Amino acid sequence: MDFNDTPDEAEFRAEANAFLSQHLKPKTPGALRSGGREDFLERAKAWQKTKAEGGFAQITWPKEMGGRGGTVMQQVIWGQEEAKFDAPTGPFAIGLGMCVPTVIAFGSDEHKKRYVQKALMGEEIWCQLFSEPAAGSDVAGLKTKAVKDGDEWVINGQKVWTSGAHYSDYGILLVRTDPNVPKHKGLTMFIVDMKQKGVDVRPIHQASGGKEFNEVYFTDVRIPDSDRLGEPGMGWKVALVTLMNERLAVGGSPGPDWKEIMDYARSAGTLSDQAFRAKLADWYVAAQGYKLTKFRTQTALSRGETPGPENAIGKIINANHLQDICNSAIEMQDHFGLIVDKDEAPSDAIFQESFMWAPGLRIAGGTDEILKNIIAERVLGLPQDVRVDKDKTFAEMN
Amino acid sequence: MNFDFSDDQKFLRDEARKFLEAQCTSAHVRAVLDDDSKSHNEDVWKQIVEMGWLGAAIPEEYGGLGLGMLELCVIAEELGRVLAPVPFGSSAYFFAEALKIAGSDEQKARMLPNVADGSLIGCIAVSEGPGEIKAGALATRLKDGVISGKKIPVTDGDIATHAVVLVKDGSGESLVIADLSQSGVTREPVKTLEPTRSHATISFDGAAAELLGEAGNGMALLDQINDRAAVLLAFEQLGGASRCLEMANEYAKERVAFGRAIGGNQAIKHKLADMYVKNEVARSNAYYGAWALSSDAAELPEAAAAARVAASEAYWFASKENIQTHGGMGFTWEVDCHLFYRRAKLLAVQAGSPAVWKEKLVSALEAKND
Ligand SMILES: Cc1cc2nc3c(=O)[nH]c(=O)nc-3n(C[C@H](O)[C@H](O)[C@H](O)COP(=O)(O)OP(=O)(O)OC[C@H]3O[C@@H](n4cnc5c(N)ncnc54)[C@H](O)[C@@H]3O)c2cc1C
Repeated sequence: MDFNDTPDEAEFRAEANAFLSQHLKPKTPGALRSGGREDFLERAKAWQKTKAEGGFAQITWPKEMGGRGGTVMQQVIWGQEEAKFDAPTGPFAIGLGMCVPTVIAFGSDEHKKRYVQKALMGEEIWCQLFSEPAAGSDVAGLKTKAVKDGDEWVINGQKVWTSGAHYSDYGILLVRTDPNVPKHKGLTMFIVDMKQKGVDVRPIHQASGGKEFNEVYFTDVRIPDSDRLGEPGMGWKVALVTLMNERLAVGGSPGPDWKEIMDYARSAGTLSDQAFRAKLADWYVAAQGYKLTKFRTQTALSRGETPGPENAIGKIINANHLQDICNSAIEMQDHFGLIVDKDEAPSDAIFQESFMWAPGLRIAGGTDEILKNIIAERVLGLPQDVRVDKDKTFAEMN
Repeated sequence: MNFDFSDDQKFLRDEARKFLEAQCTSAHVRAVLDDDSKSHNEDVWKQIVEMGWLGAAIPEEYGGLGLGMLELCVIAEELGRVLAPVPFGSSAYFFAEALKIAGSDEQKARMLPNVADGSLIGCIAVSEGPGEIKAGALATRLKDGVISGKKIPVTDGDIATHAVVLVKDGSGESLVIADLSQSGVTREPVKTLEPTRSHATISFDGAAAELLGEAGNGMALLDQINDRAAVLLAFEQLGGASRCLEMANEYAKERVAFGRAIGGNQAIKHKLADMYVKNEVARSNAYYGAWALSSDAAELPEAAAAARVAASEAYWFASKENIQTHGGMGFTWEVDCHLFYRRAKLLAVQAGSPAVWKEKLVSALEAKND
């Protein structure tokens, strides 16, 4: 057991840090995050390009895919170092973390040539079109259908809560191609051009006030059969690979953490409050527990083992604690805590902003309840929930 | 970076587990539980002594195996899984570590080999009354080389042959070592909610004692000893918490109500998933503590505190929800659930309660941040 860098790792860390210092500003506690800025997308694209040119984008991807051919540990180190800077990475997380790896796993050589490099260079953004109004947790219950017409498929239906669809160029799209088999068996995955005719993206006004996710309507959208990922009817398997890659994606935590609220409490003079200190200890322990659990997974990965359910742990811990931390920070500010005006509120209103985002984080990418089911069923081997639709065809159930 | 135990350490874990599952069964634990006159299980203790585990982290020059702290962590987890009813922790985590960090060469040479071979059983005697141990509030005094005062409760105080004692003296607080077999020492068993580990009141009345470390440095040394013990206790706690989850899991798959295994219901599934999450948080923090302990890292105080806070929470939750998962069966004397519930509480308050460790943690974070 060794939590120190090996000489090779130390060298890589130094290299990464030098590169980051050259291109980005260090993150300052409580300072306005890139996310709130008008030119965010442009800056994100530029940073992605810089990163790719410097050889730091997708470190574990093979060189022929434009990656670095690096180790899992290098990816971890990069993640740690990048998190110290004000790096605008958000818009690429879904594409590079989940969609493009799915294209690499199931796409043809043509697909890889056409899409991977552009995504890596920040030129094209991807989104993930799985959820539908009546199929979120139960995503295999989706209804958007694709009907084969010659060499093409014709898509009709509606997706919802699609993050970043309004600025995405391509998406991976899960649709029903056969209603006459049980729900998991009739799905197929496609690559879809988001700018083509018949794709109608309508931003949704979120509870947080922003408009980061969308409804996406498909009306007679034609997708060539060559843009299918995996065999017809195998879409669920493909989707599981997408979701597994989500576990592999290395990312920082999405908002203020124990450190930030500790700094705030110090400046507000409430750091001596006993009840607060006990909570702070709990947050630290949980955050540290999650971070170190990821390190354990990554150690296992670097030995060639497959990723476990650690990401489920992380989401359960992080999203809940983010909500809790923001709640505490606001209550610490008393009546003043209501203020969301960045010029007035402490820490650029980061606690208030994240307070309104936290409920979404507990839902996006699998709700707390679904993740607990995953742990219970897949890790602990407890019986599956009752699934009344298991042996019936999709058509029978709908 | 490498965040896992080595293959050799995992081999040790597997061997220890096999050995303990066979030699330290629930019947062995209950033999102590059901007999007030028993302070520990002598058969189990004898075999553990023979395995040489007490000397796992004691250097070879002092008669130990000279393996290291990581190996001791591995053993601690396994002892925790089987609720080993023996004074291992008192002797190996507290007494031996106290000697290792504060003892003179002569003291180490004289006592460590005996700790390693089990002929000396050590314990630590610091508590005098309810609440956190605070400098200034101590009644036990050291004067002219002898100590007087009363310590209660002392874990393993009735079987130990020697104790590290926190005393007040002219220069403030100091640690001393006292031979418990001398006249001037009286010991009374004290009943606690964890009868499988013995506890005693030890009264000193002019008992001879030798200084451990520098006079006046007692509180600082105690902190260091507790930091080291905290990591080892965290592994014991983790072992117990893991066992609770396994028990609950096995039962949830087996017990049928309303026509199906109770583990098919989400209230139970989610409860067990919560246990799993807490246990993993505890495990990761414990590993970090183990690394800090084994490498004498500057991060030890906060790593130890985090390990301890996480492990105390995980074990508390797992032990109470294990009973709940077992329903009425879980509340019977015959089912082992309550043994873990008891042990969880002992381990949570020995060497400082979770509140104390949370405060230590936050203070360490504050200091680091200044
Ligand atoms: C910010 C945000 C971004 C998103 N981005 C995307 C995206 O880019 N692409 C995409 O495809 N989707 C996206 N989603 C959709 C997201 O995946 C779904 O919202 C989520 O999976 C939950 O589905 P639902 O909203 O239909 O809730 P429902 O499934 O209707 O759940 C409602 C409640 O019932 C509970 N519940 C449901 N089933 C069970 C069960 N079996 N056991 C116990 N409780 C259950 C849920 O936990 C929840 O509390 C996003 C969502 C959010 C909030």
